[in-house]
Amino acid sequence: MNFKKLLTRPEFGAFVAAVGIFVFFAAVAGEGFLSISGTINYLEVAAQVGILAVSVSLLMIAGEFDLSVGSMIGASGMIIALAVTQFDWPLWLAIIVAFLFSLVVGYVNGWLVIKTRLPSFIITLASMFLLRGLTIGFTLLITNVTRASGLGTYTEGDFLAPLFLGRPLGLPISIWWWIGLSLILGWMLFRTPFGNWVFAAGGDALAARNVGVPVARVKISLFMLTAASATLLAIIQVLDTGSADVLRGEQKELEAIASAVIGGCLLSGGYGSVYGAAIGALILGMVQEGIVFTRISTDWFRAVLGGMLLAAVLLNNYLRHRALRSR
Amino acid sequence: MNTAPALSLRNIYKSFGGIVAVEDLSLDVKRGEIVALVGDNGAGKSTVVKIITGMYQPSSGEIRLAGEPVHFIDASQSQSKGVQVVYQDLALAESQPVYMNLFLGREKTKGWFGKLDRTGMIAETEELMRELNVRIPSPKSTIRKLSGGQRQAVAIARATHWATNLVLMDEPTAALGVTETSKAEDIISGLKARDLAILIVSHSLDQVFRLSDQICVLRRGKQIGVRQTKQTDKNEIVSMITGLHASSR
Ligand SMILES: Nc1ncnc2c1ncn2[C@@H]1O[C@H](COP(=O)(O)OP(=O)(O)OP(=O)(O)O)[C@@H](O)[C@H]1O
Ligand SMILES: [Mg+2]
Repeated sequence: MNFKKLLTRPEFGAFVAAVGIFVFFAAVAGEGFLSISGTINYLEVAAQVGILAVSVSLLMIAGEFDLSVGSMIGASGMIIALAVTQFDWPLWLAIIVAFLFSLVVGYVNGWLVIKTRLPSFIITLASMFLLRGLTIGFTLLITNVTRASGLGTYTEGDFLAPLFLGRPLGLPISIWWWIGLSLILGWMLFRTPFGNWVFAAGGDALAARNVGVPVARVKISLFMLTAASATLLAIIQVLDTGSADVLRGEQKELEAIASAVIGGCLLSGGYGSVYGAAIGALILGMVQEGIVFTRISTDWFRAVLGGMLLAAVLLNNYLRHRALRSR
Repeated sequence: MNTAPALSLRNIYKSFGGIVAVEDLSLDVKRGEIVALVGDNGAGKSTVVKIITGMYQPSSGEIRLAGEPVHFIDASQSQSKGVQVVYQDLALAESQPVYMNLFLGREKTKGWFGKLDRTGMIAETEELMRELNVRIPSPKSTIRKLSGGQRQAVAIARATHWATNLVLMDEPTAALGVTETSKAEDIISGLKARDLAILIVSHSLDQVFRLSDQICVLRRGKQIGVRQTKQTDKNEIVSMITGLHASSR
């Protein structure tokens, strides 16, 4: 791949920004930021957003949003916690049920978007409130509290737990999932017919339908993917902390969208990159943890995030115009 | 050998709410034959095309392909039966390159994991464009960068490449210049030799008389009549289209 081609890739802006931000924190807060534990810290934060962002970016390229992933995290976490602690299910069964639940929710989201032709923004805004409200309501109904803890003991001897728990080769499992998902979904987006349909569904839905691309099927399966990735993140969190909380995952959907946008995704669909979203998540992680090491109060994180998002959108906009002109 | 016509429409009726777009249309198109569908703006021509592809469903009436009744609910179903369309309002993926537009929905893949075979698709596109004598900057140029004529040529190339039974064309040369039009007409006549059935919508009677074997006239959704091209003339067709008697007859 030659240099000019590299410049016109959607993730180029995010890549440059990531390098810049890394250099900045290395210079300002080198000791903590560059240490092994510091590195693992920001990678883990990045991974938690990244697991969501890579699938959210696919959905955005296909022209749709999913605002319900944050609520899905809370819901899945509670399903597992309640099933195990209140109903004595084995952990593996609870995990499978949580995944099935997310696939159903994703399917319903997608089906409603296709059938009603309403913006997915509205449909998933509704499911965001619905899921969160039901999670809080049912949890209180069953347990009288909004938290469940003491799950740590249930992982022992469970055959599914090792997939979501621990630190293989010294890195938290979330980082492995983040890297693995980025590579697999990125490969799928750029190298397979399905990925091509994702681009076509988002950029030229009518033309795509006319030539026989199964646009509805593509979109629905991506809604199922985003919901399932929220469940994946929920499982990792629940097993890591040993607890679940009805409010877990709040605003994660927005962080995931922010990562995807920083990574070059267009809100209008048809353009973007999974790798870009993974880099976007890395940037979010570096900034969030980097601020800690600079001893600036973390209260500023959201302000920094907002400023970066604006800068990223402007930069990507500029780069994209250049890219489209040079093609 | 199946002797039934490639396409057979019987008593097709279609209304949108209160508007009757097509009223009682019956028409046969055989393999190796070009049938022209003519009529003024709003006569219902595009609606007929969209009914055949499955984009619209007829309110009543029967569609048969090679004698077999079909009920398509979307365009992908008609495509799987070898029906291809060139739309009046261009239907290409603007942001995708030419070669992807030729293969969108039927991508070539290689290897066990179904990896896109870009080189293969690019090579095949080049060959097809050469065969059809279409000049484009490169198979990799995005559609957005092409002129209206080049786009239409790509759409025609796509349809002719995949069609095995029937090609529907809704004003395929409306956006084309003189040279491009005659090139496109050559491609269209060439389809007859490939034993495809062709239904073409056109406002240019000159073109209709150059290309077609039969002419079907619609006026405000009504089928006015079908004529053998060799046994009619422009005056008759014009008076059928407008409903006025040509003064020169
Ligand atoms: N989706 C639709 N909803 C409602 N009415 C429609 C729809 N599509 C077409 N019509 C109506 O059906 C009639 C026939 O339209 P159609 O597009 O088939 O005409 P046409 O013969 O292709 O005209 P033109 O030569 O301008 O392309 C028109 O009165 C049009 O307004
Ligand atoms: Mg028309």
